[in-house]
Amino acid sequence: MHKSFGSNTDWVACLLMWGIGSVILGIFSLVVGDVVWHGLAGVSWEFLSTAPRDAGRAGGIIPILISTGLLLSICLVVAIPIGLGAAIFLAECTSEHHAFGRVVRISLDVLTAVPSIVFGLFGYAFFSHMLGMGFSLVSGGLTLACMVLPILIRATEEGFRTVPNEYRLGAAALGLSRMTTLMTLLLPAAMPGLMVGVILGTGRAMAETAALIYTSGYVDRMPESLMDSGRALSLHIFDLSMNVPGGNANAYASAVVLIGLLLVMNTLASWVAGHWLKRRMFWA
Amino acid sequence: MGGGTLVEAKDVLGMSARSTSRFQPWGPFEERSACCEPHPLIRAEKLSLYYGNTPAFEGVSWSIYQGCLTALVGPSGSGKTSFLTCLNRLTDLIPGCRVIGELSLGDLNVFAEQTDVLQLRRQVGMIFQKPNPFPLSIRKNLELPLREYGIIDRGRTDHLIEQTLNDVGLWREVQDRLDVPALRLSGGQQQRLCIARALILSPQVLLMDEPCSALDPLSSGVVEDLIARLRGQYTVVIVTHNLAQARRIADYASLFWVHDGVGQLIEEGPVSQIFETPQHDLTAAYISGVRG
Repeated sequence: MHKSFGSNTDWVACLLMWGIGSVILGIFSLVVGDVVWHGLAGVSWEFLSTAPRDAGRAGGIIPILISTGLLLSICLVVAIPIGLGAAIFLAECTSEHHAFGRVVRISLDVLTAVPSIVFGLFGYAFFSHMLGMGFSLVSGGLTLACMVLPILIRATEEGFRTVPNEYRLGAAALGLSRMTTLMTLLLPAAMPGLMVGVILGTGRAMAETAALIYTSGYVDRMPESLMDSGRALSLHIFDLSMNVPGGNANAYASAVVLIGLLLVMNTLASWVAGHWLKRRMFWA
Repeated sequence: MGGGTLVEAKDVLGMSARSTSRFQPWGPFEERSACCEPHPLIRAEKLSLYYGNTPAFEGVSWSIYQGCLTALVGPSGSGKTSFLTCLNRLTDLIPGCRVIGELSLGDLNVFAEQTDVLQLRRQVGMIFQKPNPFPLSIRKNLELPLREYGIIDRGRTDHLIEQTLNDVGLWREVQDRLDVPALRLSGGQQQRLCIARALILSPQVLLMDEPCSALDPLSSGVVEDLIARLRGQYTVVIVTHNLAQARRIADYASLFWVHDGVGQLIEEGPVSQIFETPQHDLTAAYISGVRG
């Protein structure tokens, strides 16, 4: 490496890059370190398996974990099929210059940048109020799905676009139908893209508070049905640290759980994309 | 083809084109047994192809004979590959691509609206320049087209796979590892697998777009021998930049040339005519290596 940096400017540039890299790593370590330092002691089996008491100052987070899981499940169950369909439409049925496809793509990019509180208000107005779902997990999950869709679609579309055209030509030349080509060749090859979308989307959904306050509500009871209100983990952290004096300890412990969950999901998703799918594609 | 091209050839060459035809770079021509009765299977009538408003080739009228191996030679951009993609309507996949004129395969009007494109492509297999096995196992690569056409009985598929791999000389090399990824095979093996994949549906016609040009010389030789063996059983139409190859394996040949950016069919006929007694000055110049 040293040999390739002959002149002084190269050295400065190199140092600058390393500096920027270190700063990013530093910020990450600071945030995670702070949370883990303050919160790890509070995480125990009891914390994970009991209901909160005294507005969350005492007790655990099991109803919140369940609500978060249900919200995410609803979000993904709705978003993945729609997202996949839209990505197939954009990547396989329209060319990159197709006018309608371009309009859809620009809309998606704008939606990605929309602040989550706007999604929250939309979800409240549309799902909770107009469709009469009230403050419920369904209403919150659907709002999350709307938020996650643009990310999911764009990442999956990229996945389809990275599939070499030779496969499409080869399949067409063999007289394979578009459905067979899609199911046996394009979909497995585009799966890593979908996985990236799911990881990014799940990350955004799990970290969400603003979009959920008005839709799934913040009741910290165990939800009895999907039409019940339920509190997401990030909302729990927000509530404990902002509205509950003396709730900081449990807020930190919940944050450790949230970060842990995100890490586990990311690792799992990239493992699925990297190993399982490759095996499936090459060996099945 | 008009005298204009003749004048052009003489102008450019600055010599009598006739004198070039005496030049024999490859030694005497080997006569080979006739592959068939010259019975036309594919007929093109004033066929032209446009990408948007840009013509790739124009006014090609030509018959390709059943059971013969026909080579398309000529410089890059002369519309050889474009012509090939008309024969299985891969042109449908190219946005803005228009085909004008008549093209028939037997009794079938290729570009008629009611033509079943998937059935057409089952009759007309295609091999590409770069081997393109699917990212699946060797077995799956061959099973995929069979399944698509409803052949799912394990005994029958296994039999067809073995038979086809034998036909392309790959069975002995891969019989113990049918379930390994096809992408682990060497380039030449991949190309033979692609040929097997096209043959497994027993097509009438096999289109080949420079099938050897991405391979090393040894693999190229193996694939070329395989192509030569297909003569008689299939109607093979092959695009090649390798004139020696065309001369070695083809029964018929045609020269495409690019004139003002538009591809044209200059001369077609038995390979002995193209290489020994070319009727057109451009052919003489091209096969002798003076132009092209």
